Amino acid sequence: MSAANNGWETVIGLEIHAQLQTKSKIFSGSATAYGSSPNSQANLVDLAYPGVLPVLNKEAVRMAVKFGLAVGAQVAPRSVFARKNYFYPDLPKGYQISQYELPIVAKGTLDILLDDGSRKTIGITRAHLEEDAGKSLHEGLPKQSGIDLNRAGTPLLEIVSEPDMRSAKEAVAYLKKVHTLVRYLEICDGNMQEGSFRCDANVSVRRVGAEKFGTRAEIKNINSFRFVEKAINYEVARQIDVIEGGGKVVQETRLYDPDKGETRSMRSKEEANDYRYFPDPDLLPVELDPGYIGEIKATLPELPDEKAARFVLAYDLSQYDATVLTSSKELGAYYDDVVKQLAGDKLPSKEQAKLAANWVAGSLAAALNEHNLEITESRIDAKKLAGLLVRITDNTISGKIAKDVFEAMWSDGKDADAIIESKGLKQITDTGAIEKAIDDVMAKNPGQLADYRSGKDKLFGFFVGQVMKATGGKANPAQLNDLLKKKLAG
Amino acid sequence: MHTFTLAELAKKLRAKEFSATELTGALLDRIDASQPTLNAFITVTRDSALAQARQADAALAAGKAGPLTGLPLAHKDIFCTQGVKTSCGSKMLDNFVSPYDATVVEKLNAAGMVTLGKTNMDEFAMGSSNETSWYGPVRNPWDTQLVPGGSSGGSAAAVAARIAPIATATDTGGSIRQPASLCGVTGIKPTYGRVSRFGMIAFASSLDQGGLISQSAEDAAMVLEAMSGFDPRDSTSVDAPVPNYVATLDAPLTGLKIGLISEFFGKGLDANVEKLIRDALAVYEKLGAKLVDVKLPALPLSVPTYYVVAPAECSSNLARFDGVRYGYRAQDPKDLMDLYKRSRGEGFGAEVKRRIMVGTYVLSAGYYDAYYLKAQRVRQLINQDFKRAFEQVDVLIGPTAPDVAFGIGAKTDDPIQMYLNDIYTIGANLAGVPGISIPCGFVRDLPVGMQICGPHFAEAKLLNVAHKYQQETDWHRRIPAAYSKEKLS
Repeated sequence: MSAANNGWETVIGLEIHAQLQTKSKIFSGSATAYGSSPNSQANLVDLAYPGVLPVLNKEAVRMAVKFGLAVGAQVAPRSVFARKNYFYPDLPKGYQISQYELPIVAKGTLDILLDDGSRKTIGITRAHLEEDAGKSLHEGLPKQSGIDLNRAGTPLLEIVSEPDMRSAKEAVAYLKKVHTLVRYLEICDGNMQEGSFRCDANVSVRRVGAEKFGTRAEIKNINSFRFVEKAINYEVARQIDVIEGGGKVVQETRLYDPDKGETRSMRSKEEANDYRYFPDPDLLPVELDPGYIGEIKATLPELPDEKAARFVLAYDLSQYDATVLTSSKELGAYYDDVVKQLAGDKLPSKEQAKLAANWVAGSLAAALNEHNLEITESRIDAKKLAGLLVRITDNTISGKIAKDVFEAMWSDGKDADAIIESKGLKQITDTGAIEKAIDDVMAKNPGQLADYRSGKDKLFGFFVGQVMKATGGKANPAQLNDLLKKKLAG
Repeated sequence: MHTFTLAELAKKLRAKEFSATELTGALLDRIDASQPTLNAFITVTRDSALAQARQADAALAAGKAGPLTGLPLAHKDIFCTQGVKTSCGSKMLDNFVSPYDATVVEKLNAAGMVTLGKTNMDEFAMGSSNETSWYGPVRNPWDTQLVPGGSSGGSAAAVAARIAPIATATDTGGSIRQPASLCGVTGIKPTYGRVSRFGMIAFASSLDQGGLISQSAEDAAMVLEAMSGFDPRDSTSVDAPVPNYVATLDAPLTGLKIGLISEFFGKGLDANVEKLIRDALAVYEKLGAKLVDVKLPALPLSVPTYYVVAPAECSSNLARFDGVRYGYRAQDPKDLMDLYKRSRGEGFGAEVKRRIMVGTYVLSAGYYDAYYLKAQRVRQLINQDFKRAFEQVDVLIGPTAPDVAFGIGAKTDDPIQMYLNDIYTIGANLAGVPGISIPCGFVRDLPVGMQICGPHFAEAKLLNVAHKYQQETDWHRRIPAAYSKEKLS
């Protein structure tokens, strides 16, 4: 389903919750590690005992500022924590400490790459700091609910986009971009399975050309890239059906059910809580001076877009390759490492960079994908891959043979030279040896030789093939070309 | 030995006139004897008090004692005390034994003070008469038919009856100063941020401040120094050095400019009370001070402002009492909502519920701007009033409460009348400035308090100004007749 859906246009905004990877919680000293036994990481502050008070974790602030700077946003010189009041067992204080009127980050942007190769800028309305809630546990507790407050107080950065996306695909592209960015910044581990990177989608439809937005539904509980696309597409179809059937879309919160692949109503606007936000009197406003922000700015790593631009400009890579190679910090680092190994002390040539790009974004990416591995889990490290590529550039092997060597490297983990040596794949660059092979082929095929010499140029390929066959594919292709032309000419 | 001030007790312990254990034992006996009449305590910690006293005696004997070692005190039951019930005057926390000590408790324990027990108070510090306590009202030692004031009524009554030489207390809208006034004792509310709020059960976080009820300004000076200071566990505590308050108690008052708030004299103030304040001002003039009339035009709005801000914060602060993790839990709840509703409905008293409802209302969508936001703006104006006033004068002096202690039950049906008892004290909380109430005479045999306010962090000045007056007068040494004998029957 895409933007033009029988005259309907889709409008999507995302609210992303990224757990910040601080060691301790945002307002208490408890650890934030995932998967510990229930309530083992909840102290008196997390349990909201009488008399306890929150103290802001400065590291969470630093991480939020990093994000703000990375999306070109305004980092607020003064932001305020507010209480969002509601009762729920996983919310021990009866309120969540969040930011409301004055968030720490406002008005940023992020570019996404569309299928047709063009760029689109997505607006980021705001990003604010808040604490995560605990979890209710139902398994193994008949007629009871358990509460695990290990997660309560884990710092979250809620990143709210403008309603700028026009298809589920754009939403996924934006979500992936934010995912890449937070990991580049090392502020979130991006683990969607463990819930450290989550997203709610605000979805509405309107007639193409209409100025006003349609009524939106907020879809919760979409915790994978695939589900985001599926949930949005389901919801868009549902809303179009409702309107075309003469009904009206109601403003409501809907829950995505990944098993059934559908969204269903959770609560309507009328049932929504009045959160009674007000500034938290237990916490001082967060005041950041320009010096502090400048210091953080100086420590920002090269960001994905900057890195991609550098690859395009310096290495002449295509925008596509550059985007693939910068899709994660680790992949970018791997690629940079391969190029560095190839170039040694010198600046890498465009050829070297291009060769490395083709292999990293090509064979390597394909192999990783096939085995469902991350780049950090690659069976061929950057040094080994560079070892293979060096043998291409120094003419030890051809690109074609290199593919076989790569396969062997992937399966048995040896380096390229060992495989080339043991399998005798070394390219033949000795002019005499190639000439001898050519002479043999010419002698065995007098008829074809005569035809060629009488003007059948197409037979050149036949002779290349024959010589390659005779040399086990190891003849250096360029040399073979030159020598063959001369010999055939007589 | 019950008639001695804390400063005198400190000297006598060192002179070995009696031991900390003897002193503690005598006070515990007085507490037990007074309890049926005064009801000043919720919990008496006899065993641990005697253990602390014995430790103090050992430290005194070994010459390892600090200035406060072995001196007994009582804590308002709003301060969390490890291993001891901390009820906050509520059924909601009747079963709550705190697993930790409040910073104030920790500091005073470390100073070697002996905790006699936990004093009675209005439920969650919401009240001006101590009648909202789930443990029943505290009675005024000067006349047991009358209220002691509130919410720190137990602390004020205990010090007035000399069953504890000094007690911690808290003040959100006058909860230290007003009961001090009604019980004829000294009560200091420090600057907001001077004393850590960690472990002090929150009522209205932006207004709550821990302080002391004592026999004299000198006693308050000794203990305030030990309990003040920055606490990394309380973001609103202020990182400013704590002065030696005792050192400046005797500084001369020549040239001191005393501001009289025009708005506080006149309508609503009992004429006899006013006369006593004027008499006290004459004492200050004799000491070399000058009187200056000042205007704080926004100050009369402090009561309505307070009754928006404080309930708003309280409605949120008290949300944690839900029956899930600690405290009162309703029997056999049908479901989650039933658990919440009945735990809170049965666990909280009427005044607490009233304030939670008011607070919920003023924060609700559609009312927030008209109430909460407007109140915050008025609060700014009141702040500015105080700031301007302190550009002209060193301290402000006026009445602490409009009248002497009133009868138990006299105002319980009229919350507005009850709230107006704090009309002179609330301004200091809204502005965050310190205030002290000291006894300045009697009307109809009942004590009257005079309030002295100063700019932020002027505690040393307030204690100095109060102490000089107490050197000239003996109001603060008067003891209710029923409690003047050492052995109470």
